[in-house]
Parts: sequence; C-alpha cells; structure tokens
Amino acid sequence: MSDLNKNKILEVKNLCTSFFTDEGEVKAVDGVNFFIEKGKTVGIVGESGSGKSITSLSILRLIQEPAGKIVNGEIVFKGENLLEKSKKEMRSIRGNNISMIFQEPMTSLNPTMTCGEQIAESIRIHQKLGRKEAKEKAIEMLKLVGIPSPEKRVKQYPFELSGGMRQRVMIAIALACNPELLIADEPTTALDVTIQAQILDLIRNLQKELGTSLMIITHDLGVVAEMCETVAVMYCGKIVEYADVKTILTNPKHPYTIGLLNSVPRHDQVYDGDLPVIKGSVPSPFNLPKGCRFVSRCPHAKDICHNQLPELKTMDDGNQVRCWIHTESWEKQEEEVASNS
Amino acid sequence: MLTFLIRRFLQIIPVMIGVTLAVFLLMHLIPGDPAQIMAGEKADEAQVEQMRENLGLNDPLHEQYLRYVGNAIQGDLGTSIRTNRPVVNEIFDSRIWITMELAFWGTVLAVVFGLIAGIISATRKYSFADVSLMVVALFGMSMPNFWLGIMLIYFFSVNLGWFPIVGWDSWKHMVLPVITIGSGGAAIIARMTRSSMLEVLDNDYIRTAHAKGVSERLVIYKHALRNALIPVVTVVGLQFGTLLGGAVITETVFAVNGIGRLVIDAIKARDFPMVQGAILVCAVAFVFVNFLVDIAYRLINKRIDLN
Repeated sequence: MSDLNKNKILEVKNLCTSFFTDEGEVKAVDGVNFFIEKGKTVGIVGESGSGKSITSLSILRLIQEPAGKIVNGEIVFKGENLLEKSKKEMRSIRGNNISMIFQEPMTSLNPTMTCGEQIAESIRIHQKLGRKEAKEKAIEMLKLVGIPSPEKRVKQYPFELSGGMRQRVMIAIALACNPELLIADEPTTALDVTIQAQILDLIRNLQKELGTSLMIITHDLGVVAEMCETVAVMYCGKIVEYADVKTILTNPKHPYTIGLLNSVPRHDQVYDGDLPVIKGSVPSPFNLPKGCRFVSRCPHAKDICHNQLPELKTMDDGNQVRCWIHTESWEKQEEEVASNS
Repeated sequence: MLTFLIRRFLQIIPVMIGVTLAVFLLMHLIPGDPAQIMAGEKADEAQVEQMRENLGLNDPLHEQYLRYVGNAIQGDLGTSIRTNRPVVNEIFDSRIWITMELAFWGTVLAVVFGLIAGIISATRKYSFADVSLMVVALFGMSMPNFWLGIMLIYFFSVNLGWFPIVGWDSWKHMVLPVITIGSGGAAIIARMTRSSMLEVLDNDYIRTAHAKGVSERLVIYKHALRNALIPVVTVVGLQFGTLLGGAVITETVFAVNGIGRLVIDAIKARDFPMVQGAILVCAVAFVFVNFLVDIAYRLINKRIDLN
C-alpha cells in the first residue's frame, strides 16, 4: 500500500445511489469519487438535491430500502469495502468507527429519552459498559462538548434544551465512542448565526483533540472556508469540481462553483440592486440534460455542452473539474465557430 | 409527578358534577310524571302524590340535586322499584364485578392483539402480513358486537362444542364474550398503532438511532414504540368506555348477569333509580380509567404538563 493509501481513512469509488419511484429511477448520486485522509476535513458542497446528503447516508448505508438503493461503487473504509459488510458488521461500525451528526437538532433526538440515556446508549452498545459507567461517560461527554452542569443536563429531556444545546448533545452522542470518521450533515444550518460559530469551533477543537477525520456537508461556503482542507462541489448527483479549499475559494474553475461564490454577499463590495444569482433552477431529476447537467444555467454553454457530458478532468495542479471549457475540445469548437463565421 | 397527580385529580371534580347532574336530570327528562310511572298505572291521585312526596319531587330542583349527590356520596343510590332492594347492593353485590372482569379482559385482549398486529403491520409495510392483518382489522371494526357474538356461539359452541353457550362460571365461559367485546378495540388499536408507528419510523431520531448502531429490534421497541404509543394510549382509554357500552349487548347475547343486563332489565321494568345508579357507576368507572390513562400517558410522554 502506498503512503497515500495508508493515509486514506475513507475512499468512495464510483458511488451510485438511486431512488426508485413510480415515475422512474432517480440517480441521486451518480458516480461519485473522493477520499478523506486521516485527521483531515473534506467538505461536500452543493444546493438542495445535489446528492450531498445521500452521499453521506450511503457511506453509513442508511439509505432506506427498498425505495433507495446503492446500485454501484465501493466505499472503502480503512481498506475494507463497507458495501460488502453484513448488517451486523455495519451496526458495529455505525456510531463506533463512523459517526454522524444531522442537520436538525430539534428532531434528531428521541423526545422520550433523556439526553444521558441517548449518549449512554451508544457507549453501552459499542463499549459494552455497564449502566453506571455509561452514565458517567455520558456526563463526561456532555462536559467535553461544553454543556454547563452536565450532572443535571444528563437527566433532562431534549425538549428542555435549546437548539444549540441539542446539537451539542448530538455531537456528544457522535463522539462518545471516539470514531475515526465524523460525518456532519449541515450541522449548523438550523442554528442561529452566533450558535453556528460556537458549534463549528467545538467541532474543530474536538477534531484536533481527538484526531478525528471529518466530512462536512454544507451549502454554506463560509463553513467551507472555516473548516475544510479539500472540497467537492456537487451538482445533480455528480462532482463538478474537486480541489483544495484555497483553489475553490480563490480560483474556481467550474462555472457552477464560480456562480456559487459570486452569490455570496461580501462585506467589501457595494451592490447596486440585487445580489448576483445563478439563473434558472436545478433540472428535474427525472429529466436530466443529455450533456452537462449545468448546461441550462451556464453562461458559457455551447453545442458540445448540450450533447455530451464532460469527464471529471484532472488538471496540472491535481485538482479536478468537470467542464468542457477546460478541455481541448473547447478550443477546437471555438476555432470551428470562428472559421464558420 | 405528585403535583401532576393532585392537579389531575382535582380535574375530576367538575367532571363528576357534570355526570351527577346529567344522571339526576334523567329522572326529570323522562316523558311523563316520574311519580306516576313509579307508583304504577293503577295508582290513584293520593298515592301518586304520596310517591311524589317520598321522592322529594315537590322540592326545588337544586335541593333535589344536592340531596341526590349527598346521598350518592354516602353510598345511597335509592331503592330499586323492581326488587325493592338498595340500588347499591344490586350493583355491587356481583353485577359490576362481572362487567368489570369482562371489560378488563376485553381491554387486555384489545391492547395485546392490537399492539402486536399494529407493530407487525408497520414494520412490514405493504407485505402480505400487513395487508391481511389490516383486512382482518377492518372486519373487526365493522362487525357489530351482537352478530360477532352469535357467530362465535354458532361456530365454537354449537358446532364445535368447545365453549359453553351462556353463563359466567369458569374461564371457558369468558372466552367468547371477551373476544366479542374486545375485537373491535383490537382492530382500532391495531390500525392506530400501525399509522402511529409508521409516522414515528419516519422521524429523524429513528435515523439517529440507526446511525448510532442500534439494532433493528431496539429501534422498534425502544425508540419507536414508546413514541408511537402516545396516541394509542388515549384510544385505549376511550375504548374502555365503548367497552362498558358494549357490555350491554355482549351480556345480553351471552346471558351474562353483568351491569349491562341489569340496565336492560331495569329499563324494561321502568326501574328508574336502578338505571340512574347503574349509569352513574359506569360513568365513575370511565372517569377513573381515564385518570389512569392520563397517568400512563404522562409516564410515556414527559412533555405533558397540565399547565
């Protein structure tokens, strides 16, 4: 195994996850490749419906069958393909080796169980601790995620806590068994701005402290800038740009990434009128364009974009882009157009 | 919890006032003169007047009501016209216990079968088991008690001879009446559990439980069922009331000497104090059961607060 492979905690290869509805198959995730190195942070960015949450649920095999199904690909975690694991083996990985934090802290905790019970549950399942030890560990975890008077909170029900507190409890549950990989699915979307910053700080500090690898799913480029080292931009189930965070933020190549960045309001810029937006909307998953999936919204679209889906091309700097502009075919087409006219 | 109990208990008071008022007014709502009816058709004017005086019907209404409640609290529900014995004795000597036994086992049957069927259906949505259970539940819900009772007697008692046809002496006597009275409730609880369970299984916290590595069994019984039970518990309480009403029919079909039959016989004989007493006792039992249901509800759902 090469050094790079040794460092990879997770590698997703050609992941395809589909949903089968009465109207036909929806390819929610369509041939996605990326990897996460030990202790590093990868961000998955995209609009609603881009397949980023489905990608994360696929990794833990939490896609609800029979409606949804992972139809192809490999999910290699520490050298082993998770798609070949039995249900029982998967259960021993979930919450133990790979944990997940969800978007909605208000509804992600069980309303009829105390916070302590919910943290202790995964400790008891995976570490086989007794009731009392698990409870002590739960108090310790609450302290770790910065909840004041944890001895009292441990006995409280989720409805007695604020949204930020609940997300802290979710983080405590996720980290209770010291996972090697933490997947955070829009961990701050449902929270106030001030609480968002606190939660991001908390995740980052705990990641440093515990050496956890992190996969963060978000549509917030601010979160990306704060947290990530590598970023995969997804659009309609495919990765359109995969690069280090600096390139994504300062020198994006794909028109979609450029559009996303332009639509973030900047404090150092004066806008007369509206903020720039990406015109149009995401195409229906039942009726994806034949060529590039972004074609209907792309300001640069040419014939080739309508007819053929571009490959994810690796650039000289190692970053990857799925766009005809960055291929030789594009120049050829430019020349053709020039000679025709 | 203690304050909850006290507060919930205090809520019973206005309900009881309403119940006693309704039962008391029954006497005055029946067409005709109660004194005339009680004294009998052949009684002359003086006898009717005497009866009226005995019943206190000449006093103002509120005085009559207060006297009625006062007597009821002291355990005096009047005297049966038919048997000339105190109503309380008629009810409590044996009748009410038979009905309570019937209603209790009916509820147990409804809850046990309803929950099991509901859980199986919900966890195997659209499977053969789900569809067949729900079809059976639909039958259970739409079948009138008296018809089900007669059919059960026909098949299991008359044709197969497994169970006695009438009476209430051994567990064998209880099987068919309990099935008759509990099947409707079982059907309702099954459908309720199924839909409630399906709703709960779609929740984010179920996904959280899966993401924690909790086994399928525990997800269903620990995480989902506890939440799914909240609406079901309410139905169980209401169902108990229906059961008391159903007792009238079931006891008649199976010739069981419970309070249901007592009421029927009393109505036939125009034995008003008896009818009043029986209705009052049933209403109190219903209020009490719902008190217990609310406590159970509170134990499952910590968010319930009477504020």
